[in-house]
Amino acid sequence: MAMTAANGILKQHSKQKNSRSEDVKVNGYHKKTQVKNGPGTGVANSLPRHEPFEQAPMYVAVMTYLGYGLVTLFGYFRDFLRAVGLEKCHVAQERSEQKDFVPLYQDFENFYNRNLYMRVRDNWNRPICSLPGPVFDLMERISDDYNWTFRFTGRTIPNVINVGSYNYLGFAENNVDFLKTVAEKTQEYGVGVCSTRQEIANLSLHQELEQLVANFLGLESSMAFGMGFATNSMNIPALVGKGCLILSDELNHTSLILGARLSGATIRVFKHNNMHSLEKMLREAICSGQPRTHRPWKKILIMVEGIYSMEGSVVRLPEILALKKKYKAYLYLDEAHSIGAVGPTGRGVTELFNVNAADVDIMMGTFTKSFGACGGYIAGKKVLVDYIRRHSHSAIYATAMSPPVTEQVIRAMKCIMGQDGGDEGIRRVRQLAENTRYFRARLKEMGFIIYGNDDSPVVPILLYMPAKVVAFAREMLRRKIGVVVVGFPATPITEARARFCLSAAHTRPMLDQVLHHLNEVGDMLCLKFSRRSLAPRPDLEDRTDFHTEE
Amino acid sequence: MDFKNLKEYLAWLYFQYLIITGIYVLEPWEKSIFNSVLFSAIAMVIYTTYVFVPIHVRLALEFFSVVQ
Repeated sequence: MAMTAANGILKQHSKQKNSRSEDVKVNGYHKKTQVKNGPGTGVANSLPRHEPFEQAPMYVAVMTYLGYGLVTLFGYFRDFLRAVGLEKCHVAQERSEQKDFVPLYQDFENFYNRNLYMRVRDNWNRPICSLPGPVFDLMERISDDYNWTFRFTGRTIPNVINVGSYNYLGFAENNVDFLKTVAEKTQEYGVGVCSTRQEIANLSLHQELEQLVANFLGLESSMAFGMGFATNSMNIPALVGKGCLILSDELNHTSLILGARLSGATIRVFKHNNMHSLEKMLREAICSGQPRTHRPWKKILIMVEGIYSMEGSVVRLPEILALKKKYKAYLYLDEAHSIGAVGPTGRGVTELFNVNAADVDIMMGTFTKSFGACGGYIAGKKVLVDYIRRHSHSAIYATAMSPPVTEQVIRAMKCIMGQDGGDEGIRRVRQLAENTRYFRARLKEMGFIIYGNDDSPVVPILLYMPAKVVAFAREMLRRKIGVVVVGFPATPITEARARFCLSAAHTRPMLDQVLHHLNEVGDMLCLKFSRRSLAPRPDLEDRTDFHTEE
Repeated sequence: MDFKNLKEYLAWLYFQYLIITGIYVLEPWEKSIFNSVLFSAIAMVIYTTYVFVPIHVRLALEFFSVVQ
């Protein structure tokens, strides 16, 4: 595909995509879309890659429940010992004068924390003492009393390969040449802004950033906020309110859920990436209206994410856009993990599916993952962004973005767009895509069960059993690879996993080393459950026999 | 995986048992409690099998008129 640079934005000329009409399957009927010229003008790719959520053999589920059951029994036993007084209690307890009050620490969450999490918590919150680049240094800490307290030995574990940080394009770096403009802006503007955007901290640097973000995405206007989580939770209440309906995906991030709950709108959840479920809910909502009065909904907002961070699956954007247009709903797309990380030039899922970015009503993203900074943005039509500037809680009350962080985002975005005169940005985007394809292909070959789309740099490996999760994390650290493992309650109780976040800064030898150790640890712990030579279970996304709850 | 001797292989099997049942995360004295309970349960099963299964098999065969 030929690439031309026009105004610093690399455009693709893909003749073959424009010269045939694509079929978009909606509601069982084939719908031919119009063929137009030019990239990204509505000629959508049909979902090109199959995303199976492979199920493990039955004995794995049985053993997972067995493991949790036994440790729970021992948890009850230890709680009994603590209550009787045979063992010292290290956690918070009610005072003896309050023993007839409503109990504070008897719920399942506290039980789980005391008896399951505390035993193994040396695998989380590990302190890092260097830059979180492709390799980093960890501080060595040991516990004398089974993880109730830790102490540092004073040594560091150097050069641990980092496959857990969200560093997709490798912009978390401390190379002096790349950070020259950041240093200059810090000397010019200082570090603190000492006010909010609406009061007196609307720096020219912020306006430059917002203009750049709008150019990068190909939209009219954008607004940047200081924190990615706050971008979601503080702006959704400004957009929807009581009398509106939010249709949110099952696996949406906590920030989206919090924002939806704060807004006061009615929330309905549809099955993950399941278009039949979404369509059925849309039809029911439009036919029956609001719950008791049956008046029509003021607004229907569909909230989805570009890449879901726990599964690595990619949203079915063309189908959702078709549904949105048919039923006249609005779409909120959270591209926290996908902006900069997918697409031939790093423009996110809209570029991956070759759809027009202006079709999505509200594009949201964060600067934390691919740009090595912190903060978030909301982009869309100028009318929308002007409204958000006036009415968002974050704009009115939250401190504005700090100048060095803003300049870091500006320089990273200019690098990706090629505006700084080199091809470092596009090289990184291609390197990430290549790393992703290689890593996923090798893992599948080895026989691990992994979830997610073949293009997503987030790779979860399913571990299932709680003790295997712990043994995996410890063994990988012993081999100097730092992984992030996730268990209940962030994932369903039977699906604990290790999540790998690939980076453009990982070289092929580093990936080979990680894969070699993964192979050995996989054999040692018997983690290769995949039976992909047999026919896989049909996708969850294509199921039509579901039950929706009101 | 290459095991140099039988001892290493048995150690790996014990490690698998610890991981699959979830006992790996417990403290050593809890592991001992669970192992002793499990071992005594298995010993009782073996003893009962040794004492009673031949008698039950002989009675069942007599019932079905195979052996008088």
